[in-house]
Amino acid sequence: MGNRKPDGPEFVAPVQKLRLQYAKRGRLRFCSHRDFARAFERSLRRAEVPMAYSAGFHPHPKISYLGAAPTGVGSEAEYLEIGLARRCEPEAVRAALDSVLPDGLDIVRAVDAQDCRPGTLAEQMHASLWRLELAADPAELAAAVDRLVAAESVPVERLTKDGRRTLDARAPIVSAQVRPMPAEGSVGASTEQQSGGVPVAAGNDTRAILDVVVRQVTPAVRPDDVLTALRTVAGFAPSQPPRATRLAQGPVDDAGRVTDPLRSTEVPVSRAAPEY
Amino acid sequence: MSSSPESLFPLLEPLLTQVGKPIQYVGGELNARTKDWDSVAVRWVLMYPDAYEVGLPNQGVQILYEVLNERPDALAERSYAVWPDLEKLLREHGLPQFTVDGHRPVGAFDVLGVSLSTELGYTNLLTALDLAGIPLHAADRDDSHPIVLAGGHAAFNPEPIADFVDAAVLGDGEQAVGLVTDLIAAFKAEGSPGGRDELLTRLAETGEVYVPRRYDVAYLPDGRLASVTPNRDRVPERVRKHTVMDLDEWPYPKTPLVPLAESVHERMSVEIFRGCTRGCRFCQAGMITRPVRERSVEGIGRMVEAGLAATGFEEVGLLSLSSADHSEIGPLAKQLADRYADSRVSLSLPSTRVDAFNIDLANEFSRNGRRSGLTFAPEGGSERLRRVINKMVSHDDLISTVSAAYSQGWRQVKLYFMCGLPTETDDDVLEIATMAHDVIRAGRQATGSKDIRCTVSIGGFVPKPHTPFQWAAQAAPDVVDSRLRALRAAINSDRSLGRNIGMRYHDGKPSLIEGLLSRGDRRVGAVIEQAWRDGARFDGWSEHFSYDRWIAAAERALAPLGVSIDFFTTRERDADELLPWDHLDSGLDKQWLWDDWQDALTGYEQDDCRWTPCFDCGVCPTMGTDIQVGPTGRSLLPLVAKPSLLATVPAGTAVEQD
Repeated sequence: MGNRKPDGPEFVAPVQKLRLQYAKRGRLRFCSHRDFARAFERSLRRAEVPMAYSAGFHPHPKISYLGAAPTGVGSEAEYLEIGLARRCEPEAVRAALDSVLPDGLDIVRAVDAQDCRPGTLAEQMHASLWRLELAADPAELAAAVDRLVAAESVPVERLTKDGRRTLDARAPIVSAQVRPMPAEGSVGASTEQQSGGVPVAAGNDTRAILDVVVRQVTPAVRPDDVLTALRTVAGFAPSQPPRATRLAQGPVDDAGRVTDPLRSTEVPVSRAAPEY
Repeated sequence: MSSSPESLFPLLEPLLTQVGKPIQYVGGELNARTKDWDSVAVRWVLMYPDAYEVGLPNQGVQILYEVLNERPDALAERSYAVWPDLEKLLREHGLPQFTVDGHRPVGAFDVLGVSLSTELGYTNLLTALDLAGIPLHAADRDDSHPIVLAGGHAAFNPEPIADFVDAAVLGDGEQAVGLVTDLIAAFKAEGSPGGRDELLTRLAETGEVYVPRRYDVAYLPDGRLASVTPNRDRVPERVRKHTVMDLDEWPYPKTPLVPLAESVHERMSVEIFRGCTRGCRFCQAGMITRPVRERSVEGIGRMVEAGLAATGFEEVGLLSLSSADHSEIGPLAKQLADRYADSRVSLSLPSTRVDAFNIDLANEFSRNGRRSGLTFAPEGGSERLRRVINKMVSHDDLISTVSAAYSQGWRQVKLYFMCGLPTETDDDVLEIATMAHDVIRAGRQATGSKDIRCTVSIGGFVPKPHTPFQWAAQAAPDVVDSRLRALRAAINSDRSLGRNIGMRYHDGKPSLIEGLLSRGDRRVGAVIEQAWRDGARFDGWSEHFSYDRWIAAAERALAPLGVSIDFFTTRERDADELLPWDHLDSGLDKQWLWDDWQDALTGYEQDDCRWTPCFDCGVCPTMGTDIQVGPTGRSLLPLVAKPSLLATVPAGTAVEQD
């Protein structure tokens, strides 16, 4: 008795890595990243995905998470990478995981890392396209956005675990676009231009959409920081908290558009974002 | 009552971005269900009056949730206490207490079933009633309001909350919720003749549901109870507890709820038996859940298998009041460990006793896990005190058990004790330090290493109804606190041993309030209401609990009635005193309880009726029940091989998504 060895299964090096895109939709946007991670790791067991595990006394499944959308913010474009102990058809893994996760935590895509752009997954994540749905007059919002974009820098304060931090919410903004919320609250795929002037519909609609591309910086500038910046520069304050969604994240092309972080493709994913 | 209420979720949604851990209010957990409102006759809300993270894993709620939802004529949704941040927003926006399943207003249901595991949830019950728009006082409710029905261990003395609940059920809920559902369904089918008043009388006349308002209470000039008498002809003198006799017929929860939010137990639990006759005199759970009824080995195996498949949990807890006491625990542990040897599923056995056999069991259970800590509960610091509480463990047995544990790779031992037990002296408590020192010495000797730990965890003793200590004087907080201070000094008197010993305890103040709520009568209701009006919420959480608020509320509410908090807590009762719960029949014979209390005072031990002759506690003859224990000699059924989910996905499905 005495010297113990790890009694779990032997350490297995991953033979295949899969990059997964997942969505946090509807009510489940209120789950935190920790909540998601627990649910995801359980779903790996329920779907019997042949995971590779780390070595040691407390082996952990090989999962690399990326910076997650904040709690309460929805997402169509969260990413992670898993290491498998035996080769699997990516789509089979995607479907199996998706079937055991609750509706609203949806595995959208699975791609073999070998078929992806070179480099790590994190290295692809240059910017995010966020959509904010706001209880506000589109013209008023557009005016506020113009002032934000015109500013050199807009320092905003955020309360973090380490106390108050000040960050510049202007510099990482690549582009921002305002339009009125389509009737019946359906925010379908947009065919409008992403750059250039801000199209504002006539009428007195009181709900507006802000699509904003923000570069990934440290500390990250998040949708609520953008909102704070709008209040700072223009006193803009919607009557209700906005509903925010990350529509895409990945490399940024020359036109300032967010592109697919998994595949090298000409099509900006912000155009191809699924309806929700 | 009102029909098909709309989901409140669209109204709640904007508030959820402004509160902590919003996922707890969203519902949609794995294995949650929402049934069609109009398809059923009787609609239940099951509420656990504490935070979601504590309430969600509660087995009682999960069992009844499934049992009710399996009935074609009933539905059940769940509700939990909302934290003060959301309570404030709900009040600002005029939104009610809601269910997490359908986000329906709690006030729209037929029955609000409240699971009361601890008395410290009473103020949260009041918050929920108030938010729901249900009058706090049962007497003020009308036909439009749900029947507020209490269950759980605290419901064995519902007198302190008699003003606020319409009814209470004692004992096992599986069949009791069926009885209540049948009765309400029939009543509604008749067109609800006589309204709420008649429905409550119908519940009361069964003798299986306690309706406080159907009983009048009178007091003696000195403040003690004079009488508790039914005030209607149809209502019986006593109300009996419910006992499920065949656990294998009730294999619930079959599909345990799996929350997205973090909860206190990240594991699946399978109840391997109910009841306990070890006879620990402080233990209300052991007294009120008699007799022992075991689930069969096959039944346990099926529940573990089905539950793991339905949840994806990695840990299975074999639950009961003293799990190592299952008559076939040895073979069961070995067979389960064998069955799951190639998986990452680990098994745990909460609530074990101190003996060598349990080390073997623990080794079996840790095959797939780590040998981090073993927990033992000697409860009393000295052998004399352990005889008083009838939890006999000798000092030498404990040390030899602990030595075995350390030498087999366990690194940490946790020891649970209580402080403030009847007849306890300072010396009894100081002996805990001696024991902890000896544990460290034994561990160092067994392992040849100094790197071992012992944690001493101490709770304040609260005398509970339906136990031999129901007559005892509760120790005052300052007595408990001074003993604990002396104990800490004694543990640290030897620096070399003391630095490997951790000590965890709470001060004696919350225990005194728990004592007031445990053994109070109807007059304590005014204290609860006053404390709640003064802001009491989440009293089980030390950061929310305010002793001063409770003391002020008690003085204000009790002084006009000529009694005090001491009357209910630190006062010893006599043999002839009528106790507030005497009309509530747990099956225990009051004379037997009194004799056992006298035996405690002389340190006379009582054996376990599973292995020695019946000692006439009264439960089996009164309740028409019997001990149900093995061994049966049977074993786990073989598992049926099933293809994995991944294998069932057709190969070659298109990979491209868009």
